[in-house]
Amino acid sequence: MLDNLASATTKPKMSARDVRVFYGPKEAIKGVSIDIDMDNVVAFIGPSGCGKSTFLRTLNRMNDTIPIARVEGDITLDGENIYSSSMDVVQLRARVGMVFQKPNPFPKSIYDNVAYGPRIHGLAPNKAELDQIVENSLVRAGLWNEVKDRLQDSGTALSGGQQQRLCIARAIAVDPEVILMDEPCSALDPIATAKIEELIHELRGRYAIVIVTHNMQQAARVSQKTAFFHLGTMVEYGDTSDIFTNPREERTRDYITGRYG
Amino acid sequence: MNHSLNEHTLKAFDGDLITLRGLIAEIGGRAEKAVEGAMAALANNDHDLARQVVEGDKRIDALEEQIDRMVIQTIALRAPMADDLRELVAALKISGVVERIGDYAKNIAKRVLLIDAEQQIDAARLLPAMADATRQLVDDAFTAFAKRDADLAVAVCAQDKTVDDFYNSIFRALIAHMIENPEHVGAGTHLLFIAKNLERIGDHATNVAEMVYFAVMGQSMNERERGDDALAPGSD
Repeated sequence: MLDNLASATTKPKMSARDVRVFYGPKEAIKGVSIDIDMDNVVAFIGPSGCGKSTFLRTLNRMNDTIPIARVEGDITLDGENIYSSSMDVVQLRARVGMVFQKPNPFPKSIYDNVAYGPRIHGLAPNKAELDQIVENSLVRAGLWNEVKDRLQDSGTALSGGQQQRLCIARAIAVDPEVILMDEPCSALDPIATAKIEELIHELRGRYAIVIVTHNMQQAARVSQKTAFFHLGTMVEYGDTSDIFTNPREERTRDYITGRYG
Repeated sequence: MNHSLNEHTLKAFDGDLITLRGLIAEIGGRAEKAVEGAMAALANNDHDLARQVVEGDKRIDALEEQIDRMVIQTIALRAPMADDLRELVAALKISGVVERIGDYAKNIAKRVLLIDAEQQIDAARLLPAMADATRQLVDDAFTAFAKRDADLAVAVCAQDKTVDDFYNSIFRALIAHMIENPEHVGAGTHLLFIAKNLERIGDHATNVAEMVYFAVMGQSMNERERGDDALAPGSD
């Protein structure tokens, strides 16, 4: 598994080493090691129940909210162990943002959805700066032109695709370093999906991005690195172009060619 | 990696691939028959057979189009990955190569119709053996495709040297013969082109083998296994 890890010369944004997740007695993740850097969008693929979402959620400690879940192994952000007692989980989740499967805007105005994070984290000392953060975030999320004249409308009144981009804007607003996306397009139509995918391209390099997707074409389109998960293990991790044209592992091959199970 | 593949969850995709493999087998078989027929027509001065070969090439051209359409349709509708994608790309390239093999066979058959049968040229006596070796190469290349046999594909590329050696021998013998017998230059030139056509058919068979290797192994055959192309005799 050593070849899954970045060479010593490049410093990964996040590193996981021998990560194991238990739900009660059941071992859901069985020793996963991976490096995530700033330059590549990483896609996690695999059949339902393979552990890809569970593993994604360890990267910003979302599993903490599940009482029976227990995480072993090391996960670092810029070399700092995110499971150490000195780590502030609220700060961690600002640095490692998350976008979910179903768009989940707050039942507030578009403006307040984006301004929420900067407000609670005290990122904007005055209204003018907050306005600027909201605008920048909406611009980066590719939503500004569609909503700039109705920032006080409810976020829930937007279309599904717009809501998802609003959630991405909300994640961006607290200036994260890593964005985790858990099937961000599975509830969207193809046009809205394409807009999110285009957005992922544009955000690449500015943030480290990890996306879980059931849609292999989507993984192929948006990512530079792909990890294939199966039964709680990471079977193969490599360049997306290699994974989809010439995977090394038979299980990967069977899955991506539609021969799985 | 194990190359015996399981069925797809989507059975219709397997149906597409089986149909496509059948078409490749058919076009390959027809090309091989065309080479055989053209050379038999030459050996027996059989103009009827030569005309059949010329006519039969239309079917090969039609098959090429059918294969191309099917590959494009399958890529569009099934979004193939990994082995499946490589096999479809190989099929697309192979159909183009086989169409060329058919053209060379047709060209040989057309020359049979033009050669003066009265002129027996002993210098060309190696041609039937060269034709056998070439036809075997085409046969092996398509067997390699049908069986997903990378080793046989490598063997085809190595065997191409035999065809190239035949060509060089025939080239030298025919040139020498034509210098001594200027009245045979017409027939001699046709025979020389026929030998060259066989040599090109051999090269195309190796192209098929290289695509088979790519489809099976996921990488190109390396230079050593691929072997050299036939150089123009005299330059080696």
